[in-house]
Amino acid sequence: MSTKNNAWEYADSIENASHINLRKQYDLYIDGKWVKPSSNKYFSSSNPHDEKHIADVSEANEEDVDLAVQAAEKAYELWSKISAAERGKYIFRIARLMQEQARELAVIESLDSGKPIREARDIDIPLACNHFFYYAGWADKLEYAFPNQHKKSLGVAGQIIPWNFPLLMAAWKIAPALATGNTVVLKPAETTSLTALKLAEIIEASGIPPGVVNIVTGFGDTGAAIVAHPKVSKIAFTGSTAVGKLIQKTIAGSNKRATLELGGKSANIIFGDAPIDQAVEGIINGIFFNQGHVCCAGSRLFVEESVAEKVIRKLKHRMQSLQVGNPLDKNTDVGAINSKEQLKIINRYIDIGIKEGSEFFQTDCAIPTEGYYCRPTLFINVAQSSILAQEEIFGPVLTIQTFRTVDEVIQKANNSPYGLAAGVWTDKGSKIFNLTSKLKAGVVWANTYNKFDPSSPFGGYKESGFGREGGLHGLGAYLK
Amino acid sequence: MKRVEVLKTYKLYIDGKFPRTESGRFYKVLNKAKEPIANVCLSSRKDVRNAVQSARKAQGSWQERTAFNRGQVLYRIAEMLEGRRAQFVEELMLENSTKKEAQMEVDNSIDRIVYYAGWCDKFNQVASSVNPVSSSHFNFSSYEPMGVIGIMAVQSSGLLGLVSMLMPVIAGGNSCVIIASEDKPLCAVTLAEVLNSSDVPGGVVNILTGHIDELWSPLSSHMDVNGISLDVRNKYVTKVQLASVDNLKRVRAYSNDFSLMQEQGIQFITDFQELKTTWHPIEKIGGASNSY
Repeated sequence: MSTKNNAWEYADSIENASHINLRKQYDLYIDGKWVKPSSNKYFSSSNPHDEKHIADVSEANEEDVDLAVQAAEKAYELWSKISAAERGKYIFRIARLMQEQARELAVIESLDSGKPIREARDIDIPLACNHFFYYAGWADKLEYAFPNQHKKSLGVAGQIIPWNFPLLMAAWKIAPALATGNTVVLKPAETTSLTALKLAEIIEASGIPPGVVNIVTGFGDTGAAIVAHPKVSKIAFTGSTAVGKLIQKTIAGSNKRATLELGGKSANIIFGDAPIDQAVEGIINGIFFNQGHVCCAGSRLFVEESVAEKVIRKLKHRMQSLQVGNPLDKNTDVGAINSKEQLKIINRYIDIGIKEGSEFFQTDCAIPTEGYYCRPTLFINVAQSSILAQEEIFGPVLTIQTFRTVDEVIQKANNSPYGLAAGVWTDKGSKIFNLTSKLKAGVVWANTYNKFDPSSPFGGYKESGFGREGGLHGLGAYLK
Repeated sequence: MKRVEVLKTYKLYIDGKFPRTESGRFYKVLNKAKEPIANVCLSSRKDVRNAVQSARKAQGSWQERTAFNRGQVLYRIAEMLEGRRAQFVEELMLENSTKKEAQMEVDNSIDRIVYYAGWCDKFNQVASSVNPVSSSHFNFSSYEPMGVIGIMAVQSSGLLGLVSMLMPVIAGGNSCVIIASEDKPLCAVTLAEVLNSSDVPGGVVNILTGHIDELWSPLSSHMDVNGISLDVRNKYVTKVQLASVDNLKRVRAYSNDFSLMQEQGIQFITDFQELKTTWHPIEKIGGASNSY
């Protein structure tokens, strides 16, 4: 038993990982071939649960990126002329092949990223497949999306994705780019390259022309080389606001277009008339889903003063039953923190919170002695000016503030440079629409939280970035 | 004896009022023969700040006007401009247009205002979506104004260029701060008088005149400006993009020739909108199916 707590005990229920098929060493996927990195450098991708090595991954340098962009540029000539219906059929094929390998992908995702197998299996992988399926059907219907605007594809899209939803983010990037007739150079995050490389195998198997999708692995330098490459027409980036701003600086003065999906500090607002038990589930899902490694995590909780005591009591009780532990265990609710570095960052914020003196609460659960783990954490009565309420922590740490009036909570919720998402919990419809229309956020969940769908546009206001991914509007990011 | 003509003082337009620049400075606008045709305010960094403050103050209630009402207000601008067309023609001619060119520019400007007036209560209907998500939720996406937009007007076209950049911004519920064409600022100032008499709330449109060399920076680095509209031929495009990074302003650098009638459309409105997606659960209890 790796996980114990004072509320529930479960027998281990570990997902079988013997069926997965991984190479010992992954080269770069360029122009439909597996190519050794020119530096001949590889780095290890490891399991954050036990720090064990999983596979070696190539470190692409400028030269490799150039090769990939050239391949994508050459492939664009063909891909942009292929009939739209045929283009769509290749994307449909990718979707089906992914669905067929869904279980394997889910296990690898959980091993490589630390996310609970339950989430990888039920959320990440199905959503990734569905994203390809959704955009495949758009390929030959683009003139219906933006009537009278005579939109055209852009060329080579350089795409850089984060480690929190590795395969899902790859799908969010690649599917709309291909449907609109662009070609792709994609770089996964260095800690979570494996499902993107499995996707490269699927793309290879789909028979899509070589060079249409190129996958290069590596660190920040590799991403910077993609951003700076003169033949890249479009940058699609999901990651931190700081890196997003660097990208904007790099491409200033060029004709490159960008969509940026950046950080967040989203408000989750509970009114006294909300169904409290459902709201508590929503708070849990809002902040502890995927260990809180979610750009739109509901990391700032605002509770109406009249019910604050009740909500916090129920929230603490519910948190005690969260299972923290082996991501491959089907009972696990909160898995491993993605990397040692991220765990350090989270712990630094927790230390700051404790020093600042707001009320601190962590669950009593036992956590594995090795690997990167963090207990679900609350800070109660946090000041609006606290760093904890201002900065994105990207971990299972929730700050709680209270409010008395609607105007007060709108002002507090909007008082952030971010504007990615928000949640509102109340039984009153007219109050919901008052809130949803005044919150400066790209996605607003009313009486629900952290829901995603291929047909639903996602993206931020203000410093949470610009452009939308998903839905009809997600096509616009890849057309001019 | 010949009557002494009363000459017009060209002032700024901030918060629905016509102040002079706080700096007290002016510059001379010259015609083709290099003769001075007017003294115009040389705005300062402080004027930009005042204008942004006024735009922010006015934006919320402009956004909350009904879309229909915004359409009426924009249409009223066209009516007022039509009534003062002679003055605009005269100013464009002073700024080197032929009579025919000037008349056409005024005609096209009025028509473009009417065009965008009509869009106010339609663009969101056309560009929004109800999203068929695979779970029991009602999910829709619709546009909201971005907020305060800085407009660095096209240099070459004193009226039509300005109108083409301004109208889509305010049609969508944004407020704005305009830096008028440096060489052709007269129509911008006169347009302020038109705006002031056409039910556009004070502060929704603020108009400054002056040197773009001085004004691009305070406008594009202002942390309370959400977007920038400018001509791609503006020599400060790259600098504006760099200065906009700090708060991730959305910068739209247009290469369009706004003198062409087709250079108008819904995309100029949605360029300064943010898309918001809203989710709400749909209750599924009981066994009733969706049938007659």
